[in-house]
Amino acid sequence: MTRVDTSTPEPRASAAEPVIRTRGLTKRYGSLTAVDSLNLAVYPGEIFGLLGQNGAGKTTTILMLLGLTEPTRGEARVLGLDPAREPRLVKRRVGYLPDAVGFYGGLTGRQNLRYTARLNGLRREAAETAIGDVLVQVGLDDRADDNVETYSRGMRQRLGIADALVKTPDVLILDEPTTAIDPLGVVEILDLLRRLVHERGLAILLSSHLLTQVQSVCDRIGIFAAGRLVGQGTVDELATTFGDGAATIEVGLELTGENDVTRATKVLGGLDGVESVVAPTDAQDTWRLIVRPADAEGRVRREVLVAAVEHDLHLTAIRPIVPSLDDIYRAAVVRRAA
Amino acid sequence: MSSDAGVKPRPRLKAKPRPRPIREPGLPSPELLKLRDTLPRAGWRVVAAKELGDHLLSVRFIVLLFVIGLTAAIPLYFAASEIRAAAPDASGTAAVFLFLFALGAEEIQNQSVFTFLGIVAPLLGLAFAFDAVNGERSEGTLPRLLAQPIHRDDVINGKFAAGIAVIGMVIASVTLFIAGFGMLRLGIVPHGQEVFRLIGWVLVTFLYVSVWLAFGLLLSVLVRRAATAALIGFGIWLLLTIFGRLITEFIGGLLRPAADATPDTILGTIQLQQLITRLLPNTLYNEISLVLLNPSVTQISTPATIDQFQQAQQQIPTLFSLDQSLLLIWPHVVALVALAVVCFAGAYVSFMRQEVRA
Repeated sequence: MTRVDTSTPEPRASAAEPVIRTRGLTKRYGSLTAVDSLNLAVYPGEIFGLLGQNGAGKTTTILMLLGLTEPTRGEARVLGLDPAREPRLVKRRVGYLPDAVGFYGGLTGRQNLRYTARLNGLRREAAETAIGDVLVQVGLDDRADDNVETYSRGMRQRLGIADALVKTPDVLILDEPTTAIDPLGVVEILDLLRRLVHERGLAILLSSHLLTQVQSVCDRIGIFAAGRLVGQGTVDELATTFGDGAATIEVGLELTGENDVTRATKVLGGLDGVESVVAPTDAQDTWRLIVRPADAEGRVRREVLVAAVEHDLHLTAIRPIVPSLDDIYRAAVVRRAA
Repeated sequence: MSSDAGVKPRPRLKAKPRPRPIREPGLPSPELLKLRDTLPRAGWRVVAAKELGDHLLSVRFIVLLFVIGLTAAIPLYFAASEIRAAAPDASGTAAVFLFLFALGAEEIQNQSVFTFLGIVAPLLGLAFAFDAVNGERSEGTLPRLLAQPIHRDDVINGKFAAGIAVIGMVIASVTLFIAGFGMLRLGIVPHGQEVFRLIGWVLVTFLYVSVWLAFGLLLSVLVRRAATAALIGFGIWLLLTIFGRLITEFIGGLLRPAADATPDTILGTIQLQQLITRLLPNTLYNEISLVLLNPSVTQISTPATIDQFQQAQQQIPTLFSLDQSLLLIWPHVVALVALAVVCFAGAYVSFMRQEVRA
């Protein structure tokens, strides 16, 4: 999956104040260090993905940001406020979807949201307006008056997002927002998150262990391993940091015979910057060009086009292979361990 | 008649409504954006209102109202004839109206309304508290609740307040039911002092149940599983209210003085035995009820010395005024308050210290 929505404003990293910033944030439970000297910055209008395995310290970080648990050392600022000192002000403006969110089964979806709205100090009319809005946003308005007991996991998750949105937050913190949702539902939820950021300028911090989803929706990513942030930045930045310095171009060629294959191998392999050529094993498959250094990829791609015309190779496809977060993640965790 | 007339319209198969795809989000209205800094003024009230609504619509409320009502109705039914017999003789002097609550009958081993309530009412407190916090925890609603802009203690305070309110409602309705029965069926009406004594007794009953409510709340914080908390709670209830007397009698038996003991030693031992029985909240409640509902009870403790003992025996039977009765059982009331405070404080402190994640 790649990011399709190119119209999204770039994170205004330099211009705006970060909505979430931590400095040396540390949490210890006895001898176990759950979060170790975390330095993190999330800017308005971006989706930041916290990536890590279960138990890597993602949820603990989130709880500290909400003032639900005290940091052992270091400090956190959310919207300029210290969550350890002013948790109520922080929680009023931060919508939170906990991991494995639960609702009161005997109440309807709307009643559950009403309780949250009341706890946020919304008066009756304001609460009803807000509830109506968010229910439409998450697509639950037609089931809002059924008991939550009758909801599926996916619907509960959506209700959870509605619950986080009902206070009209400036920041959304979502802990594993897409676990236990069917693939179609995941696409819808990620789409909703994108639009919230796009239209409202919300900042979203989400944690997940599902790499492809994080890659598809997040502007920037922080990779967590054993309580430490081992890398943060865009996928491309992380690829540069943790990649092996090579890029891959996928090339599709229409070839007729065996000597065509040798010819193509020779032509493509002769291009400047191409380290190696991986020929396909069957005719339908594509070729792979390994380019080193990685930033020569754009130039090589142009040269492939020119070479194809010059040597009468019938090109059917050409595209760069975006580094997979999977590989980056593995590299990052391995490097940390080493 | 044509055969068509009997054909019912075929019920239409209702398609299971499916969640619709997510629609375009609208921008939040400006007034909602303006409200982003409003904090709830009293979070505990919001929590309490929600909890109270849950309680009143719950099955356990109906069951408990029925059980407590029955508990009151049975001794009342048996005592009614005795009260009717006693009423003409006692007119004007004794507190006949209070007999409704304090008089037993032979059929039920002279147990009165208040002794029955003393046994059953703790259930009321436990039932509305044993799953207060651990229930939220296991349902996964606690992190969501605590992520709202309220103080952390608003949760436990609100839950306690809702429990208090629902207990008050049950006790008040049962008392009114008994009083109404007395007035309508037996034709006795309360007089000045009796009303105040009755109110005092209702407040003490309320306090007694609150002790158990606070204890249930403590269990709900300390014990992770609601079912385990319920078992522990009801086990302790059974131990203290049903077998409590047996246990204290057993301990009392061990303390029995030797045959050649001096009267002072005997009195001392009896006092010690009494002290042990008073460790049970049930005993405290029964003694308070006895004094409040029966003005002719002027002594509940064993005299401390032989002189006092002789004095007590020579005493002319008399009636206590309300303030004298109150003075007599004041230490008991204080003990009940202390029990409730200790339990609630324990629940409060451990809830505040607990991690959000289990």
